[in-house]
Amino acid sequence: MTTGKVTGVTANLITVEVDGPVSQNEIAYILMGEERLMSEVIRVTGNTASVQCFESTRGVRSGLPVEFAGGMLEVELGPGLLSKNYDGLQNDLDKKEGLFLKRGEYTSPLDEEIQYEFTPLAASGDTVIAGHWLGEVKENWVNHKIMAPFTLKGEWKLESIADKNHYTIRDTIAVITDADGERRELTMTQRWPVKVPIKVYREKPRPFRLMYTGYRIMDTFNPLAEGGTGFIPGPFGSGKTVVQHTVSKNASADIIIIAACGERANEVVEIFAEFPELEDPRTGRKLFERTTIICNTSNMPVAAREASVYTAMTIGEYYRQMGLSVLLLADSTSRWAQALREMSNRLEELPGPDAFPMDLSAIIANFYSRAGVVYLNNGETGAVTFLGTVSPAGGNLKEPVTESTKKAAQCFYALSQKRADSKRYPAIDPQESYSKYLESPEIRSFLTERSGENWVADVLSLKNRMLRGKEAQDQISILGDDGVPVDYHVDFWKSEVIDAALIQQDAFDPIDRFASVDRQEYGLKVVKEICDRDFSFGSFEEVAPYFKKLINSLKQMNFCEFDSGQFKEFESELQTTLNEGEVA
Amino acid sequence: MQSRAFQKIHTKVDKITKATITLKATDVGNEEMAWVDERLAQVVKINGNEVTLQIFVGTEGISTDAQVVFLGKPPTLKVSDDLAGRFFNAYGRPIDGGPEVEGEEREIGGPSVNPVRRKQPNQLIATGIAGIDLNNTLVTGQKIPFFADSDQPYNEVMAKVALKAKADKIILGGMGLSNDDYLYFKALFENAGALDKIISFINTTENPPVERLLVPDLALTAAEYFAVDKNEKVLVLLTDMTLYADALAIVSNKMDQIPSKDSMPGSLYSDLAKVYEKAVQFPAGGSITIIAVTTLSGGDITHAIPDNTGYITEGQLFLRTDTDIGKVIIDPFRSLSRLKQQVIGKKTREDHGPVMNAAVRLYADAAEAKTKRDNGFDLSEYDVRTINFARQYSESLLAIDVDLDIDAMLDVTWRLLESHFSLDEVGIKKAVSDKYWQGGE
Repeated sequence: MTTGKVTGVTANLITVEVDGPVSQNEIAYILMGEERLMSEVIRVTGNTASVQCFESTRGVRSGLPVEFAGGMLEVELGPGLLSKNYDGLQNDLDKKEGLFLKRGEYTSPLDEEIQYEFTPLAASGDTVIAGHWLGEVKENWVNHKIMAPFTLKGEWKLESIADKNHYTIRDTIAVITDADGERRELTMTQRWPVKVPIKVYREKPRPFRLMYTGYRIMDTFNPLAEGGTGFIPGPFGSGKTVVQHTVSKNASADIIIIAACGERANEVVEIFAEFPELEDPRTGRKLFERTTIICNTSNMPVAAREASVYTAMTIGEYYRQMGLSVLLLADSTSRWAQALREMSNRLEELPGPDAFPMDLSAIIANFYSRAGVVYLNNGETGAVTFLGTVSPAGGNLKEPVTESTKKAAQCFYALSQKRADSKRYPAIDPQESYSKYLESPEIRSFLTERSGENWVADVLSLKNRMLRGKEAQDQISILGDDGVPVDYHVDFWKSEVIDAALIQQDAFDPIDRFASVDRQEYGLKVVKEICDRDFSFGSFEEVAPYFKKLINSLKQMNFCEFDSGQFKEFESELQTTLNEGEVA
Repeated sequence: MQSRAFQKIHTKVDKITKATITLKATDVGNEEMAWVDERLAQVVKINGNEVTLQIFVGTEGISTDAQVVFLGKPPTLKVSDDLAGRFFNAYGRPIDGGPEVEGEEREIGGPSVNPVRRKQPNQLIATGIAGIDLNNTLVTGQKIPFFADSDQPYNEVMAKVALKAKADKIILGGMGLSNDDYLYFKALFENAGALDKIISFINTTENPPVERLLVPDLALTAAEYFAVDKNEKVLVLLTDMTLYADALAIVSNKMDQIPSKDSMPGSLYSDLAKVYEKAVQFPAGGSITIIAVTTLSGGDITHAIPDNTGYITEGQLFLRTDTDIGKVIIDPFRSLSRLKQQVIGKKTREDHGPVMNAAVRLYADAAEAKTKRDNGFDLSEYDVRTINFARQYSESLLAIDVDLDIDAMLDVTWRLLESHFSLDEVGIKKAVSDKYWQGGE
């Protein structure tokens, strides 16, 4: 084992003189009395290694001994990951004692005492390769597959497999041998370095299904594909976190992983408090049972913030290998980029734009590329869908993190300050935002099958109407209400109908916060009909009051249970207004 | 002055910059405190046996044979109930003529609370100011700054909120306070008869700017004592965090770090978060609520300081002078309390959410109508009504001199809506309007 001695400290950058070989990204521990401070090698020059410390470096001094662990930052994967609250280094926060986080205290991520009921899926004599499903256990309601280690090279033979029974994660459940007679005992867990993608699959096709979120502005107008990537940039106060939380509650995923990366602790506490209570609409169980939270709040050490997104992604990829659909949410990737910036700065690297490291774009692209839908070696399908938020400095979407992310992600949900100011939530800008999946042939054919032949064309026509509405509004504000033809007012108000009935959605209303696919299809149909209608008004003054009435009915419908009696009442009220319009 | 016989005294300084000195010393820990002649200093960098110290008051007059004594510990504060009612400087030394406080010595700037040991904040803080209670309700354990231009009465509003807030302890961290403001706070607290529950850590403009860096940590260490050990509700006032960030920039500049946006250090976000994230609700009942001030330059919130602050804090209260009524109001568009959803409609009346949103939306319509008017266009009848509504709404609710309880604020809003709009235009969920709307259809 390589050891070393501390030779310098600047904030969380420590230089260490080493007595043997070290590798880039190797984990090192600074030994400070009883405390072991975990660090990661980020540069080596001669026999000096620069390490970034995942803990506060208060009191660290020259001469302290250092131990190198011989491997990169790894996570432990196995049953028991769900319903856990981890820090960025996969320490189970619930196992830590005391109100305050104690430096150098590392807790085990899984539970060694729990007896899981194991059911074998393979039989002795089977040929086993990396990721092979050996058996499964019930983790909450999820069929958690026990898989052959992803690190396995070549073909192995399954010598023996445990019978259907209860075992702990440390018990041997299988023995495998390779052609040279090497024998390995396997347990239900394995370790994996977080910065390396798990690629134990046959193929990574283009996404071909949607990840429904319950948000009309996303599902209807800018759909996110299962296995796809999207990001939500927005100035503070525009509702990024609300959008992410709502998506996490409603999305059509099997597993939800939330990486709270350098954000507010109280927001995580909100998840801690709400998720164990919230019912999962898909299973009737609690939402918490299929959720893992990686929590590195803004006041926790900066270097671990960078690690936290990788930890989250690795856990996501692990569940993908089980043929599950995973939704990974990270709030916010800007904080991660800032952590990179702080370190690059301390390493005295030449800075790129806004003092971010030059390779920022590459790092972000690399991370987003880990998402995707995959065909596993056994023919099953799994997916990791990634939705990140970006917190652009000064709300300026031209800053480096937003620009780099835009290159990497397929969906762009731009939150607009103007919409937030006028309380038009979710403040996702209908003009700026886009989903490249709406162009993809696979997704188009999925949508045609799910929602009908004309679906995509109808969506695009409403998007176009929104644009026309915007142009009409601009003309009206330049030329004045009576300076433009009445049609301009009608165009504008039609776009207001789309906005109010389909784009705005109240995340705090128990009904409106989630729109089912059926409901979205209905909504689009009704609004499209209104927009395709010709209205004739005597003067512009009649336009606004008439459309406001329509909007009010549509809004009330959004607040009612779909197809309920009350819903139908407002629906007929809407029809009455529409019929009146015809007469006029 | 504090050196003791058994401590090693270094007397050879190798390098002196405007804010730091470097000397050879061994067995010195990062962030350790030291005396350099009569001045307090802190270790900021170790390179082999070379130690760089940041001297808070600056290095003017420091000579290469200055006496350097390391204290073997990071900065600390002695905490006990005797802190109450006292005024201290940025090192935690009394400035009110009273004796030193005895108590347990604690490191300042200590570790963060384990997120799973926090409790979700859910207790409303009533301030009587409708711009806050109605539109941006505050909750214990929240952290929120006032965003204000330097000519606005932010310290007065903050003091008013503090005194109304029914906290067990109010801890004032003053950074770069003018002497007038310091005396204002002192007199106000004395007159309110609240002095025994107030603790102040003060750095005025007469003191060197780098000293300020210790103020939030001192204030929050005292706050943690009362919130954790005594289960008290503690309100921490930090004014002005812009000057705190300026001091961070000075230090980072002197340490040759590459500046990022607006000449601020690249670590500004983390530095500010370390302070603000000390706001917490503990399960045992104690809490730390932080109300801060971030002064803006000409209302620019895209500057790195307010921008980073906005991403950290749970909203912001934006002060603006409303020229229609000639008063300072809490701007309903740019202000936000992120935790308000925890109490609105839960700890307050069920109509709170819908009526608040309706009024703000109509206020936004008024803003558009005003733009139209300013551009010389004719106003529709609706536009005129929104403008009239906006003026009354500003006057009777948004202005900072309003003092009402929350139910009264809601009633006032309903009556305003009724007198200017039809139910259709207000667009409130029928179940709610059925109960509270007293106007015509």
